[in-house]
Amino acid sequence: MRRRLRAERNFRAAGFTAIGLAMAGLAILLGSILSNGLGAFRATEVRLDVTFDPAHFEGLEGLEGDERDRFLARVNYALLVRDAMRELFPEVEGRRNLRKLMGLVSSGARSQLREIVEADPGVIGSSATLWVPADDDVDVYRKGGISREVAEDDRRLSDQELAWIDRLDAEGRVRSVFATRFLTSGDSREPELAGIWGAVVGSFLTLMVTLSIVFPLGVSTAVYLEEFAPKNRVTDIIEVNINNLAAVPSIVFGLLGLAVFLNALHLPRSAPVVGGMTLALMTLPTIIITGRVAIEAVPPSIREAARGLGASPLQVVVHHVLPLALPGILTGTIIGMARALGETAPLLMIGMVAFIVDIPSSLNEAATALPVQIFLWADSPERAFVEKTSGAILVLLGFLIVMNGAAIWLRRRFEKSW
Amino acid sequence: MLLGLLLAIVLALAGSAYVLGKRNVLALAAEAGRRPQSLAGYYGWYAALWCGIPGLLAATLWLALAPGWLESTVLSELPANAIPEEPAALDLFINDIENLASGNIASGTAGPEVRAAAARYTELRSQATWAAGLLTAVLGFGGAALGLRRIRPDLAARVWVERVLQGFLMLCSTVAILVTVGIVLSLVFETLRFFESVSVSEFLFGTHWSPQTALRADQVGSSGSFGAIPVFAGTLLITLIAMLVAVPIGLMSAVYMTFYASARTRDIVKPLLEILAGVPTVVYGFFAALVVAPAVRGFGTRLGLDVASESALAAGLVMGVMIIPFISSLSDDSITAVPKSLRDGSFGLGATRSETIRLVILPAALPGIVGGVLLAVSRAIGETMIVVMAAGLAANLTINPLEAVTTVTVQIVTLLTGDQEFDSAKTLAAFALGLTLFVVTLALNVVALRIVKRYREQYD
Repeated sequence: MRRRLRAERNFRAAGFTAIGLAMAGLAILLGSILSNGLGAFRATEVRLDVTFDPAHFEGLEGLEGDERDRFLARVNYALLVRDAMRELFPEVEGRRNLRKLMGLVSSGARSQLREIVEADPGVIGSSATLWVPADDDVDVYRKGGISREVAEDDRRLSDQELAWIDRLDAEGRVRSVFATRFLTSGDSREPELAGIWGAVVGSFLTLMVTLSIVFPLGVSTAVYLEEFAPKNRVTDIIEVNINNLAAVPSIVFGLLGLAVFLNALHLPRSAPVVGGMTLALMTLPTIIITGRVAIEAVPPSIREAARGLGASPLQVVVHHVLPLALPGILTGTIIGMARALGETAPLLMIGMVAFIVDIPSSLNEAATALPVQIFLWADSPERAFVEKTSGAILVLLGFLIVMNGAAIWLRRRFEKSW
Repeated sequence: MLLGLLLAIVLALAGSAYVLGKRNVLALAAEAGRRPQSLAGYYGWYAALWCGIPGLLAATLWLALAPGWLESTVLSELPANAIPEEPAALDLFINDIENLASGNIASGTAGPEVRAAAARYTELRSQATWAAGLLTAVLGFGGAALGLRRIRPDLAARVWVERVLQGFLMLCSTVAILVTVGIVLSLVFETLRFFESVSVSEFLFGTHWSPQTALRADQVGSSGSFGAIPVFAGTLLITLIAMLVAVPIGLMSAVYMTFYASARTRDIVKPLLEILAGVPTVVYGFFAALVVAPAVRGFGTRLGLDVASESALAAGLVMGVMIIPFISSLSDDSITAVPKSLRDGSFGLGATRSETIRLVILPAALPGIVGGVLLAVSRAIGETMIVVMAAGLAANLTINPLEAVTTVTVQIVTLLTGDQEFDSAKTLAAFALGLTLFVVTLALNVVALRIVKRYREQYD
């Protein structure tokens, strides 16, 4: 008896350990992403006293309209940044050191200056105090990612550079701000300038295409199979087929998209239309299956009552069954969309992995999607991209939580038990 | 946008057809002194369908055929010597024309012929747009006129409209079949082309995988080699590791949740497991590459083992974690499907809980659990992002989980991403791998679904 009880205890402990292990997996996963990713929402900036020295704008006089714009776009704004940095560190000599010094400030500082001048050429000749983005290495150092204990050759910043940063810090010229750039700009090769907005817009466009295809198609199919289809071989085949389609690996849908949409129909590569259509094919079975469940849940008494009052079969469906099944259908649709949002592999197949800086504005333009952006950044060698990747994952998970939350709310709010 | 324009035309015409149809039938009915056979709205829909269907058909046909027609017309008007003969060069040539016509940058400098052709292309395209709009409008208009003429108060408009709509619903449900057919056809077609250059037996039984084909014929190793056994072996190895993680943990947590856990624990743990199931695979991939792989490597090094930085173990472990909720919910289903009488009988004979579970419940639920595991295996085989990010590229034929292996999905992704022509053996090999993947997962699913179904019927 004691042995049996011990076996009982062991078995119970094994079950508890299993759950513990699963939870530990989840905790480590989310914990590592959170600890890496929160930093992405803080950015380091450096304060510079920039003089818009007219010497750098020689030849501007007399130019009007387009010519002036072109001239202003061509000016070497790096020189302005260099002057400002030199003023801060007058003792730094030599080309190599100067380049290192310049390296503390992001190349985004140049475009920031250009935008200021282009917006108001009147600033030429004056000087201004500006907060410009710091280089990604400075950012990583400030967040504790670079340790002084590591040998000088093994880290991204030399002792000299660290000393400069510390001096700037002591002078109050370095600050940490909320990283609006991360949320509002497109991709970039420079980690400190890279943002997720382009990917978010790309994902949004793709999902819009998916939704507009899959919702009418899926609901129509579900209605037909539940309400009208005769029970025969053909509908049996359709049913089995849909169930099997639901379990086909997503990458196969990518191959289908590549072979049909790109190679046969010559639709534009990397575009949200193609991505949306591919994801639509992938989510179609899910929507059909959940739609059928929702329609099936509407009790037959409602249909019979409507029929008894003289409604035609289609009127029964459109006036009574669909409105009652709608919450369930919508719940399924949201969950399907959430799955499509997190899907990466099919999009890789149809070329949505391109490096794209611009925010996409139409369905035919090359774009990328949020999970693909995560994949691309995860592949980048720069240390700072680890943080960006985790940050982007947090944003993606945020969207998923909102969508699933909406689905749960919808189910709770409208669920009826008949 | 041509599509938007055509759609707008059709919609506008159909809208007015609806209004006219509704009004006409009411007027006619008042004249005849009787009520129309159907509700007035149905006559509106009747007219709108007469207008919309031909209009939409015309628009679709045009959109499908116009680009090819444009291309061939432009090419046929060019002098014969200006057109390159090889297919690849011809493609580039056509691309250049199209790019120039839409204001993009062409490859290299465009010659005068290309410029002229582009100008002609633009001209033809604008004419074609007008023609398409006109054709759609005329067809839609004609359809509407015909439909409106047929409207009489004794016409059974509702029956007609419902018949058309049912036909539409049926059409929608065949799309799912079309998708399957499309998958099979596209995979089979490209795979056949692949087997023109590589023999089937070499692909299925060859033990050397190195798909790098050289650009020039005289380079060393220009043929590449496509023995897929190492790729299959790598896939199986990672799947096996994933199953070793997922099956015990998933099964035991399902058991614990149904038999031991308090309602409160269940309320907390269930949603957490659902979160685990909802995390996108790319996140798992990042986690595997960033956290698990270095940890496995560090651990191995401390034990004095040589661990590859992209070891099969790391990818398999993370994939296992991903599959835990899948296994646990499927085994949960089959455990709860076991009739309560079996459980009560066992308790009544004095068995402890664990004995009941081990000796009665699990054997009874076994077919369902096996079905669930097969489904999980099929999912693990088809899983892409985790292995792309955390497993290696080199095809090693090994059973050592500490070495880097590659999988079918990794090879598909690496062979097909990046710019390249789509008719080299290298890219076609990806389709052959895709077909293998599709067939294997399909077989697993069919078997699993059948097992689950048969077993359910037993207890119903």
